[in-house]
Order: sequence, then structure tokens, then C-alpha cells
Amino acid sequence: MHPLIDVRGLTKTYRLGELEVHALRGVDLTIERGSFVGVMGPSGSGKSTFLNLLGCLDTPTSGRYWLDGTSVEDLDRDQLAEIRNRKIGFVFQNFNLLPRMTAIENVELPLLYTASPASQMGETATRALAAVGLQGRERSLPTQLSGGQQQRVAVARALINTPEILLADEPTGQLDSHTGVEIMSLFQRLNRERGITVILVTHSDEVAAYTNRIITFRDGLIVSDSAGPAGSRDVAPAVDRTPVGVQP
Amino acid sequence: MKRLVWSMGIALRALRVNKLRSALTMLGIVIGVAAVIATAAIGSGARQRIQEQIASIGSNVIIILPGSLTSSGLRMGTGNAVTLSEADARELSAQCPDIAIAVPTVRGGAQIVYGNSNWATIIVGTTPGYLQVRELSVGRGTSFSQGDVDGANKVALLGQTVVENLFGDVDPVGQSIRIKNVPFLVQGVLTPKGQSPTGQDQDDVILLPISTAKRKVIGTRSANADAVDSIILEAKSGEQISAAQEQARSLLRQRHHLQPAEDDDFSIRNMQEIFATQEASSHIMSLMLAAVASVSLVVGGIGIMNIMLVSVRERTREIGLRQAVGAKTRDILTQFLVEAVALSIAGGIVGVAFGIAASAVISRLAQWNTVIGIGAVTLAVFFSAIVGVGFGYYPARRAAYLDPIEALRSE
Repeated sequence: MHPLIDVRGLTKTYRLGELEVHALRGVDLTIERGSFVGVMGPSGSGKSTFLNLLGCLDTPTSGRYWLDGTSVEDLDRDQLAEIRNRKIGFVFQNFNLLPRMTAIENVELPLLYTASPASQMGETATRALAAVGLQGRERSLPTQLSGGQQQRVAVARALINTPEILLADEPTGQLDSHTGVEIMSLFQRLNRERGITVILVTHSDEVAAYTNRIITFRDGLIVSDSAGPAGSRDVAPAVDRTPVGVQP
Repeated sequence: MKRLVWSMGIALRALRVNKLRSALTMLGIVIGVAAVIATAAIGSGARQRIQEQIASIGSNVIIILPGSLTSSGLRMGTGNAVTLSEADARELSAQCPDIAIAVPTVRGGAQIVYGNSNWATIIVGTTPGYLQVRELSVGRGTSFSQGDVDGANKVALLGQTVVENLFGDVDPVGQSIRIKNVPFLVQGVLTPKGQSPTGQDQDDVILLPISTAKRKVIGTRSANADAVDSIILEAKSGEQISAAQEQARSLLRQRHHLQPAEDDDFSIRNMQEIFATQEASSHIMSLMLAAVASVSLVVGGIGIMNIMLVSVRERTREIGLRQAVGAKTRDILTQFLVEAVALSIAGGIVGVAFGIAASAVISRLAQWNTVIGIGAVTLAVFFSAIVGVGFGYYPARRAAYLDPIEALRSE
């Protein structure tokens, strides 16, 4: 079986006026299903760029990327959108909730862009919110929620379409350490119980402690790839595709 | 479907956030649509007036006049020859399948005397069928009959203007008036008809049996005692007008023994044709007004485009997020198009309300007929939707093709 993520010779070059910025200089990496990967490295090392490429938000300058056996370079805009919708959940440092929408509406957002029956949207989103411990806050606006609660809404949104991969860019960066622990425990539970592959970018060793593989970037290249403190897991659990919130 | 309702909801929410901005953006469309509605109302009001005037002449009416007389190269103008006769009218009635009735008329002017007052008016000598063709009715008293025509009885029907000028408050029915010193019995009064399309007072008239009129008032033509000034026809329906016209032409040519090469010695005019010209000019007028109105619709559309571009810029991050969670090009495009269309349709509906109010004011102040057609209203709302789609497309497309990563990074 092919690995979930397989990248070969990935480069990304930005142009800032006359200046060429080599964000990635040739990255080779394989990530198996069920991994919990921490991506570390100093600012400007290319880790966020790498995460965006993995998430099909951005396209590489050169190199190949197979996601679950599909060659991503060959896909057009809308096919990439479809992959982001189905296979990938994003969690951002600044939550990126739509401010004028209630928690449940924010969670429903990805469902709008699927063919899922509209009648079930509310129910699915309510279950997803309950799964991140936010039952009863469906009608709250983001401004009425604490940072940790907002990030949980964002996680519920990322999980609503039962993706295989959860990509998180410094998900605890704007949270206090206690709330950060809560979010990380949530990720760990999702990884262990549902077999969701989690890849997160972080600066913090405390966050990295939850992972079972740590990849370090420097100057657009991977400089180290080691088993994380949480222990390497050789056998990936079968991916649980049960919709979030449905108790198995 | 729910998705559309949902994006409608999003759009309205987005518009509510900037109430003043949305209202000002709509203003262009409001003014444009209001102008369209008002001009359409005035236009169809004018058209309705023309229709009413045509109806006041009598609908489906065809008028036949004697041809021009050419003698020694001197052309005398239409109506100078005495080519039409009462017999022609009778035969037209009897033989042509598409003609409901044909009535002969003679016309003249005379001074009417009642007691010590007098009044100059138009005398029309005709048969009882005239009332049918001209859609006249007798308000008080009775009409004259074919018997009165056959017996050349001295009876008269008076128009309202004549009654007012001669009788004042006296009931004229049963009174005796004198026309050229001949006493006539007033048998009935015609119900008022108002102005003709050419501005004549159609109530300033006296109807007499054609026989009496010829013998006692207008006088007969020496050449042909049977001659008449005109024959008025009524076709059986609006669709049968041209058929009736053709039948009349061929029957008259046959009766007047005209060779195929000869010109008609009469001329046929159909009322519809006459008023088509008038209607065309009022149509051109409303087209011009509509053109002016549509310019302001376009200006309104540009306003919408401008605001939508601003809105796309402001919400770049939201667009990026939607793309990140799987919104396709089409989804974003739809969202912003719906917003633009919501703006323009809302503007259109408000504009319709203003337009209706404006035409009410115009019809009150300027005494013009205005007619609000459901067609004009639908068209205006439809057009404002089109403006929304047309001018909303470019901003929406811009939003849909944003680069997701750059959109997400924007502030």
C-alpha cells in the first residue's frame, strides 16, 4: 500500500520583487497513515510553506507530491478544493473563524461545499461540536467564546468531513499553556482513537512532546527526522471513517 | 436549493453589516427602476388614452370618402366628387360578409333655434345604424328609427353640448327646435362622448334622419340625389378590418364600373391606421424616456460593481478560508453574485415602490393618465437582477480566482 503522503524533491520559490526566496529547496518525505508528526524549525525555515503544500493550499515550484497515491500536481483548482474539502482538515494559529457566524455555522461551512444533504448539516455539526466538548455553545458567536473554545470550534470544523489528515499551523500559538494542553490532548485523542494523521507545525517542545515523529526544517531543507517523545508507532491503526461525534 | 437560500442568508447578513453603504449602493438602481416604472406608466397611460379615443370613434371603424374629382386637370381634393350613394351603403351592409354594418352620412352646418336662444352646430344626416357604429347611445328619450328615415320625419337627436347651449336646465326631449326655419321634434339626447382624438367636441352635433337632412336642411346634390358625404363601416371584429376593407373596395369598384387600370373614385381610411401613427409617436417618446432611465440603471450597476470590489477586498481572508475548507470556484462566484443580485433586486423592488408613488403624483399634478402594468414591474425587477449579475460578475470572478494561500494571509 502506498504511503499517505509521499513528496520527492519538493521546492518552492517565491519572488519578492527582484529577490528570489527559496522557501523549500528539495524536500523528500514519506508520512504513513496514523502518524502524529511535529514540524519544527526556526522562522523562515520553510515549515509553514511545507504545510501549505501538503494541504494543497499552495502548489510547489518543482517536485512531486502524491497524496494517497494521487499526483497532486496534475489536479486543477477545483479538484484541489475537493481534496481540501474531503481529505484534509486545517487548524490555524489564529482560528480563522468567520466572525459574524455562530459556532455551528462555522462548523457547517465545509459541508456547504459537499453534496451532503442539507437537512443533515445541522445535526452533523452539532455532533462535531459535542465531540470537541462544546455542546450547548452552538449559537455562540466567536467573540463570545474563549480562545480555547474558538480553537475547538475550528477543530470541529476541520473534522466535519471526516478527513484523513489534520494539518495544524501552530494551533496553540495564541492559547495559554493550560488551554494549549487541552487542544493537544484533543489532537492526541483524535489520532489514537480515530487514526487521523495529524501534522502540526510548532515552536514549542511541550507541543512536540505529543508527537511520535519530529521533522526539523532549516533553510528550506529537512535537517532532522526523528521519533517523537510519544513513541514511534510502527503499525498504523485502521483509519476510522465514522463521522465525528458518532460513538463507535 | 437550500444552499441557495443559505447563500441568500449570508448575502443579506453581509449587506446588513454595512447598512448605509448597501442603501447608497442600491440608490442608483432605485432611481433607475423608479424612472423606468414612471415612464412606462406615463407611456401606457398615453397609449390607453389613444385606445379610449379610438373606442370613442367606434372600434373597428372604416371610413369611406368620395374620391377627388379631377376636371380639366384641376384636382378638387378628397370628398368633392359625389361618387358614394345611399345605395352603396345598403349594398355594403348586405353583401360583404366581414362588414357588420355600413351607414351613409351627410354633413352640414346650421344655426339651431330654440325659443330665444340659438346655436351653430354640425348636422349629421344618417340612419339609426350610425349610433351602433359610433358607439353612441341615447341617454334621455329615444333614437330615431328606420321608419323616421323612410318617412323623412322631422325628428332630431341632440348632443350634450347643443343641449347645454340651447336649453340650459329645461328637459329638451319633446321640445321643438327650428333648423333653417324647419321645426324638428327633439326625440332624444345623446350620452356625452367627449373630445375626439383630433380635439373636436363630439357632443356638439345634431343627428337627423338622412332623408330629412337632405331635403330640409343640407339640400341634395343636383348631380345625384342619392349621393352621400361618407359611408362609415364597422367590421365584424378587429381582425376582420382588412378583409372588410378589401371587400368594400372591390364591391365599390364593381358598383362604380371602374376598369382594372382606373384609380379608385373613393378613398378608404381605417381608424386603426390613423391612430397607429399617433401611437407610434407616443411609443418613440416612451422609448426615449426608457433609454434615459436605463442609463441610470447602468450607473447604478457600476455602483454595485464598485461596492462589490470593495467587499471582495475586505473579505479576502474569508474567501481564503472558504477556499481552504473546500469552496470551489463556482461556490465563491455564486456567493458574490447572489450578493450583488440581492442588492440590485432589493434596489429594484424599492424602485418599483418609488416609481408607483411617482406616477401617482404625476397623474395627480399633471392630470395625465398613468397605468402601472404588471409587465413593466416584472421587467424592471428582472432588469435590475440582470444588472446585478452583469456588474456583479467581475468582482465575483475576482473573488473566485483568488489564490487561497495569499487570501488567507491577507489582513
